[in-house]
Amino acid sequence: MSAFYSISSSLIVVVGLCLLVLLGVGVADWHYPFGVVVPYVALVVFFVGIIYRVVTWARSPVPFRIPTTCGQQKSHPWIKANNLESPHNTFGVIGRMALEILFFRSLFRNTKAELRDGPKLVYGSDKWLWLAGLVFHWSFLIIVLRHLRFFLESSPIWVSLIETMDSLFEIGVPALYLTDGAILAAVTFLFLRRVIIPQMRYISLPADYFPLFLILGIGITGVLMRYLFRVDVAGVKELAMGLVSLRPTIPEGLGVTFYIHLFLVSVLLAYFPLSKLMHMGGVFLSPTRNLANTNRMSRHVNPWDYPVKVHTYEEYEDDFREKMRDAGLPLEKE
Amino acid sequence: MSDIPEGTPKPEELATIGYEPPQQGWMDTPAGFKKGTWSYSAKRKFMEHLGLPNPRDWSPSDEDWKLPENWKEIILEGLRDRLDKFRSLRLFMDICVRCGACADKCHFFIGSGDPKNMPVLRAELLRSVYRNDFTTAGKILGSLGGARELTVDVLKEWFYYFYQCTECRRCSVYCPYGIDTAEITMLARELLNLVGLNIGWTIEPCSNCFRTGNHLGVQPHGFKDSIEFAVDDLEELTGIRVEAPINKKGAEILFITPSADYFASPHYYTLLGYLALFHEIGLDYTWSTYASEGGNFGLFTSHEMIKRLNAKMYAEAKRLGVKWILGGECGHMWRVVHQYMNTMNGPADFLEEPVSPITGTKFENTTSLKMVHIMEFTSDLIRNNKLKLDPSRNDHWRATFHDSCNPSRAMGLIEEPRYVINKVANNFHEMPENTIKEHTFCCGSGAGLGNDENMEMRLRGGFPRANAVKYVHDKHDVNLLLCICAIDKATLPPLVEYWVPGVEVGGIHELVGNALIMKGEKERTTDMRGEPLKGKEDKGDV
Repeated sequence: MSAFYSISSSLIVVVGLCLLVLLGVGVADWHYPFGVVVPYVALVVFFVGIIYRVVTWARSPVPFRIPTTCGQQKSHPWIKANNLESPHNTFGVIGRMALEILFFRSLFRNTKAELRDGPKLVYGSDKWLWLAGLVFHWSFLIIVLRHLRFFLESSPIWVSLIETMDSLFEIGVPALYLTDGAILAAVTFLFLRRVIIPQMRYISLPADYFPLFLILGIGITGVLMRYLFRVDVAGVKELAMGLVSLRPTIPEGLGVTFYIHLFLVSVLLAYFPLSKLMHMGGVFLSPTRNLANTNRMSRHVNPWDYPVKVHTYEEYEDDFREKMRDAGLPLEKE
Repeated sequence: MSDIPEGTPKPEELATIGYEPPQQGWMDTPAGFKKGTWSYSAKRKFMEHLGLPNPRDWSPSDEDWKLPENWKEIILEGLRDRLDKFRSLRLFMDICVRCGACADKCHFFIGSGDPKNMPVLRAELLRSVYRNDFTTAGKILGSLGGARELTVDVLKEWFYYFYQCTECRRCSVYCPYGIDTAEITMLARELLNLVGLNIGWTIEPCSNCFRTGNHLGVQPHGFKDSIEFAVDDLEELTGIRVEAPINKKGAEILFITPSADYFASPHYYTLLGYLALFHEIGLDYTWSTYASEGGNFGLFTSHEMIKRLNAKMYAEAKRLGVKWILGGECGHMWRVVHQYMNTMNGPADFLEEPVSPITGTKFENTTSLKMVHIMEFTSDLIRNNKLKLDPSRNDHWRATFHDSCNPSRAMGLIEEPRYVINKVANNFHEMPENTIKEHTFCCGSGAGLGNDENMEMRLRGGFPRANAVKYVHDKHDVNLLLCICAIDKATLPPLVEYWVPGVEVGGIHELVGNALIMKGEKERTTDMRGEPLKGKEDKGDV
């Protein structure tokens, strides 16, 4: 599959989704389907889908304890064990997983191999992917948390605090959220990286471009509503509260930009459990990371273990008895 | 005599690597099967001996691979079965985001530039079929969803690329989700095995090991001869005749090491080191002819084969009535011992928690498995001043250390070998940090790929390792590449001969043997190889 095909098909789908809202809401006046039905369906698919996927994973057992050790094991007391990279107890595992999930520890190791004349291979530090990934995910989280103000009767202190922090520099009116800029920049970087690096272009599927375009679309419509087309915030809150309280209403005057935003978010939610975005849940279950390197200290049990055909010592001695006797090796049966 | 087959491209040619992927998409590009980059098929008799499916005479270069009629059904059913049995597989099929962090971490990609050697794409070869037959999105979207149908060409591609992975786990160190290509390769090879697509270099050792106890097919009397030969050699070198008990019931410790140690060079010098060490500390131990192999090529075949071959270790320990097991220098052996043995063939409740009879140290990290790595054992001896060492007897060596994939990334055995090296030798230089410890590069020949017909791919895969050796060879005049793996000892010599002439390969216990001052020994003029020691060049026999 060519990169052009992958990119254009994903882009066409996302643009098509936007057009659908333009026609549906802007022309046909389908506010209720787009404002209420679609978000509800999306949420159900999201939660049911995620639960289904995680349960499916969990139903497959972990027959062997196979952590990837990235540091010194625990052996002699006089050799310093690395409990975060080669955990030997639950604290170590929790620490390792926390570093992985909160700070993308493994991606931080990233290097770039380069072949120079000589031939000489050099490995340069390459933290850009780590940085963009971290900025993207943390911004996304903060933005989701910020949106809680629409779904809660009164904003809890910590949500307000996040908002205040996020608009710390008070650039412009309304104050620019740092995460808005950060997420758009990070997603753009992640997209360009896929397109520009030949190997990345070669391995990328529509399933890699589609969520990027989708998130980019969500980000852009969000920014437009805040800084350009100025959505009626009270109206948004009314709609959001209606959805949350299961008494949906459609307030007047919410522009089509808002409905595009909401629709893209709904698509993202519904797409989530069907896609690679499930890495969010999967990372917690990865057996090379979430198991302690204690294989020799405690026995791991394989639930589907079964007996296998072996060559027993008795059979072995039967095969070689004469030769063993001649060589003076001790025998069980003379 | 050169180990490099004729017709192998020159280093300058091989080092001209194009990293630009082809225009055509990977799903539509079939595997090339270029001479020198794949392994011969498994012979019928070894397949039959092990009772493996579809034994027949065939070659990967044939058009017709003589697959069973319902091969596709077998593979898909096998995949379904494994998805239900291995959470790792299901998860690794689902969560890759294709971020590409793994791409240039694979030694085969660095050395070949072939995009399907990027771990992400190697896994996609299987993942695309998984999506097609096991996921809703794949079924609906088809190729748009990254799915493709399993065809004979896809199967051939699997065979080519899953036998171009050495299961070294380097990519899994860098993956943000810990996706382990070794796991994917192991399971993909299991699928291939279901329809009789095995390579000779894994199945013949498996068959030999099953029958005679070791990969090389050495029978009990031959084993005894080899050990006695080594005892004679050691006597000649040191003036001391050591005991080497075999199949001795009631010994305290059973010692198991790869068969190459007593049958191949330079492994053999490490064997001499073991014999000298065990004599000097008065260890009550025994060799076994039945468990005469530490390695386990089951790891490169199937989980079932791992278990079948590994069963001997505990069975023999039980039969001989030893207290615990000591394991020699080996890489994949220790992956199996450390991560699989206890689960597969334990619990070893008939053994005792290992305690060093010399130092009294209790090996707290192996109280359940009851098997100790020789580096843990020897480092403890040295730490407790139980050995008299003269490191200057290794002054003719300027050493570096290659962390073998499995001890570093599946065990975390990193500092123990370094401690020992620093105590037995005066000249030790580390390779660059991105190429050692958990970042270590594979020899390029592990996982059953160390055969001669695959030499070009081995040299390509070993290029990053060799290049790091070249760095310390040029900078510090390093002339010895140490390692603690039998496959390394077998395959690094041609690799360095090709890329870094002037470097030898050896094991750590070879240097221990050189440095070890034995009670009553004659004046040593040579090392374990019979090469004159530094400053003793004139005194040796000419």
